[in-house]
Amino acid sequence: MSNAPANAVPEGAGRGTRLLAWIDARFPLSKMMREHATEYYAGKNFNIWYVFGVLAMVVLIIQLITGIFLTMNYKPSAEDAFASVEYIMRDVEWGWLIRYLHSTGASAFFIVVYLHMFRAMLYGSYKKPRELLWLIGMVIYVALMAEAFMGYLLPWGQMSYWGAQVIISLFGALPVIGDPLVEWIRGDYNISDITLNRFFALHVIAVPLALVMLVVMHILALHETGSNNPDGIEIKENKGPDGIPVDGIAFHPFYTAKDLVAIIVFLILFLGVVFFAPEMGGYFLEHANFEPANSLKTPEHIAPVWYFTPFYAILRAVPDKLGGVILMGGAIIVLFLLPWLDRSPVKSIRYRGWGYKGALAVFAVSFVVLGYLGMQPPTDTYTLIARVCTILYFGFFIYLYIYTGSEQGKPVPDRLTYHG
Amino acid sequence: MSEDNGLSRRRFLTVATSITGAVGAVAAAVPFLSSWQPSARARALGAPVEVDLSKLEPGSMMRVIWRGNPVSILRRSETMLKLLAGEKADLRDPDSDVLDQQPEYARNATRSIKPEFLIVISNCTHLGCVPVNRFEVAPADLGPDWVGGFFCPCHGSKFDLAGRVYAGVPAPTNLKVPPHRYLGDKTLLIGEDAEVAA
Repeated sequence: MSNAPANAVPEGAGRGTRLLAWIDARFPLSKMMREHATEYYAGKNFNIWYVFGVLAMVVLIIQLITGIFLTMNYKPSAEDAFASVEYIMRDVEWGWLIRYLHSTGASAFFIVVYLHMFRAMLYGSYKKPRELLWLIGMVIYVALMAEAFMGYLLPWGQMSYWGAQVIISLFGALPVIGDPLVEWIRGDYNISDITLNRFFALHVIAVPLALVMLVVMHILALHETGSNNPDGIEIKENKGPDGIPVDGIAFHPFYTAKDLVAIIVFLILFLGVVFFAPEMGGYFLEHANFEPANSLKTPEHIAPVWYFTPFYAILRAVPDKLGGVILMGGAIIVLFLLPWLDRSPVKSIRYRGWGYKGALAVFAVSFVVLGYLGMQPPTDTYTLIARVCTILYFGFFIYLYIYTGSEQGKPVPDRLTYHG
Repeated sequence: MSEDNGLSRRRFLTVATSITGAVGAVAAAVPFLSSWQPSARARALGAPVEVDLSKLEPGSMMRVIWRGNPVSILRRSETMLKLLAGEKADLRDPDSDVLDQQPEYARNATRSIKPEFLIVISNCTHLGCVPVNRFEVAPADLGPDWVGGFFCPCHGSKFDLAGRVYAGVPAPTNLKVPPHRYLGDKTLLIGEDAEVAA
């Protein structure tokens, strides 16, 4: 960098250079490019676990664009909603594609976000100094769940209606304020046109706006602390004479090129689902939702979409309404506390003890099993398994706090390593 | 000006301005939050509904909509009433002690004004699903002890023929009995208390 004023242009500079200088004197374009891309240094040993953040961003953009186009034909009223979705599917040019991109995008969002969060658990990315980064991420996750839940009411199918009925009723478990609160959320004595209309407003305006701002905050927080890496070493602690971390490489062009490959592979898989299995056998679009909402008849078997089922299974496992709601909420709140529950100074799983590796595996398995159970009808055996998995889920966090007080791991190296 | 350059005065003004601003923000939020309450139209549509019971046979059930929610009207047969009078040890609230779940005049052994007619809001007190009628005795899936009642397919809550919840299921309370009164021998009004008529 020269020390010349930002708007000083060398003699005979091309038109493009002059335009850029003109902009830079008025807006920090080049400065932002440097700070967030060409001079943002990240560990040189990122592996496949490091693609899910950018993939989440790709899905967010897909959802925003397809969502905007869906609102152009969707009608948020109890009378017209179901028919307007069918209209989009049958009569609107390419409407089926736009809707399937959006509905598949919802599930894809949660797949990449769950993997993104699991990556943080593998490599201790939530630990000091990245606690706020994790907290902002958790708020994004909660906002995403609210967004998905409210979006699912919009097609006004049977599962839309009864899923919303169940989730809104959860608030009724709160003592004293429960019932008035439920009525306030619905704006009616049952889930009605009024509820649908306000969920539409929240789904297309309020929550997306919050999500975009949260994502910006998430990235700003990330670029302040710098990215973690599979070795869990702070690369900023080992800088060369030029002030650049010796184990760091510039985000652009190195990681933009890598991310591009990931995006292409992701889009191949994603579009494969969109074109050949948009309902995913009832997992992405539930069969009962092809029937219009009927407030007099609950479907034989109601289950939320797959991404909520682990928490739903916890809710069902507790034979007490308020207790179930508390544990369900607690299952999410406890994730917020992760940076303080894990007391080990070692970040990466590579250098942690078997006590952590085993516990994390048990945690991941119980989460997946809960997810499966949440989709199944409740039987005595399933309820028993769900209770065991609920104990394992919460047990992980209690165990983590105790175990990390005296964890014995492997020595952490000073420099990044390559593990294939 | 005092010796501290008016710092304490400035601090006071900052705090006072902040508090005034905060009060204003809260006041401004009231109309927005209140707009989520059921509107005048929604409340008007929640008016009482009249039901003709003359065509309801003993042992059968009909459903009407009141405030958008299904209300079940079961005309209990002699056998059903006999079954209801039996065992009640495994009920969570056999004597309707949770007062919010029924008006005072329905706080009796059959949870109804007339023993024959059970009137309950058919939304499970767990999470609002509509329980299905399982009036048969001892079906294979509900076990030999089942004497007929309502079963919620969502989370497996069970209720007897008076809408009373069994113990050990997720639903915390009995099914809710809506306010209701009889206009004639076979005419029912749902949504208005019996006391009003008296």
